[in-house]
Amino acid sequence: MEGFLPHPWWEVWYALSLPIVIYGIYKINQLAKERRETLPLLALAGAFIFVLSSLKLPSVTGSCSHPTGAGMGAIIFGPAITAVLCLIVLVYQALFLAHGGITTLGANVFSMGIAGPVVAYLVYRGCMRSKLNFYVSIFFAAFLADLATYLVTSLQLALAFPSATGGVLGSLGAFGTVFALTQVPLAIVEGVITALIFKYIIQVKGDVMVRLKVIDDKRLGKLKEMVSA
Amino acid sequence: MKGEILAGAAVVLLFALFLYVAGSDGGAEWGGADGEAEGVIEELTCGTYEPWFSPIWEPPSGEIESLLFSLQAAIGAIIIGYFFGYYRGRRSA
Repeated sequence: MEGFLPHPWWEVWYALSLPIVIYGIYKINQLAKERRETLPLLALAGAFIFVLSSLKLPSVTGSCSHPTGAGMGAIIFGPAITAVLCLIVLVYQALFLAHGGITTLGANVFSMGIAGPVVAYLVYRGCMRSKLNFYVSIFFAAFLADLATYLVTSLQLALAFPSATGGVLGSLGAFGTVFALTQVPLAIVEGVITALIFKYIIQVKGDVMVRLKVIDDKRLGKLKEMVSA
Repeated sequence: MKGEILAGAAVVLLFALFLYVAGSDGGAEWGGADGEAEGVIEELTCGTYEPWFSPIWEPPSGEIESLLFSLQAAIGAIIIGYFFGYYRGRRSA
């Protein structure tokens, strides 16, 4: 999509993403200094995004798209750090694959690295507060984050290209049909796979996630470790 | 095992749906959704929109593009495998 976001918009999305990426880098530095035991998990979250966003999967709509993988990082580390991880993947794809783009980087970081992760983070926290099953919470967080990413992408394009007859809403429908609809089955797969990988994380690094990262209640974490052991 | 079965079933179901749609021949081209979005932009602007910037470098062929996509997946998969292998090994040692 290189060059497909016109003048005011590509700058707008760069401007909105930049502070959050900078804050994310600051938070990663903090982790590196104070909580070094979390760094392997950070690498895992980045690697998960690398794998999932490289898989262009066929959807029922007759076109292909890829999951984002950002839900996992957002659940463990929050949206700001996840924005930095997404930036790395998006730069790789823009430079080596002509996928995405440098001019659309700000918009892509915003949709994949910020909007999606914020949704994942809030949905996960909300689900856990309402005592929903851990894996079901992860599923909903990753599923909705994936959908949110592509809804925001559709919105970004709709704002830049309002339809002559229907305005922004009209073109939102057109872009939404292309992106969001294609994404529904892929988002379900992403949700299930993210929930599965959390089963293994609980097994090997439950201590870091549950106790030090304060992501889970101790009680809940221990319960899950028993279930998955 | 329940999680693995559920994840496997979701992937198999997605592929079954894909095979069903591909088999029913609705003229689907299985191109990228981003390419389709570029088509929508062309429609909305009646073909007047010209991308104002082109990629600095493009993979010279589809083969090389899929090589680089596989490389991306492989880098991620190595890290994931190393992570779980290392900590599982340490746990059982």
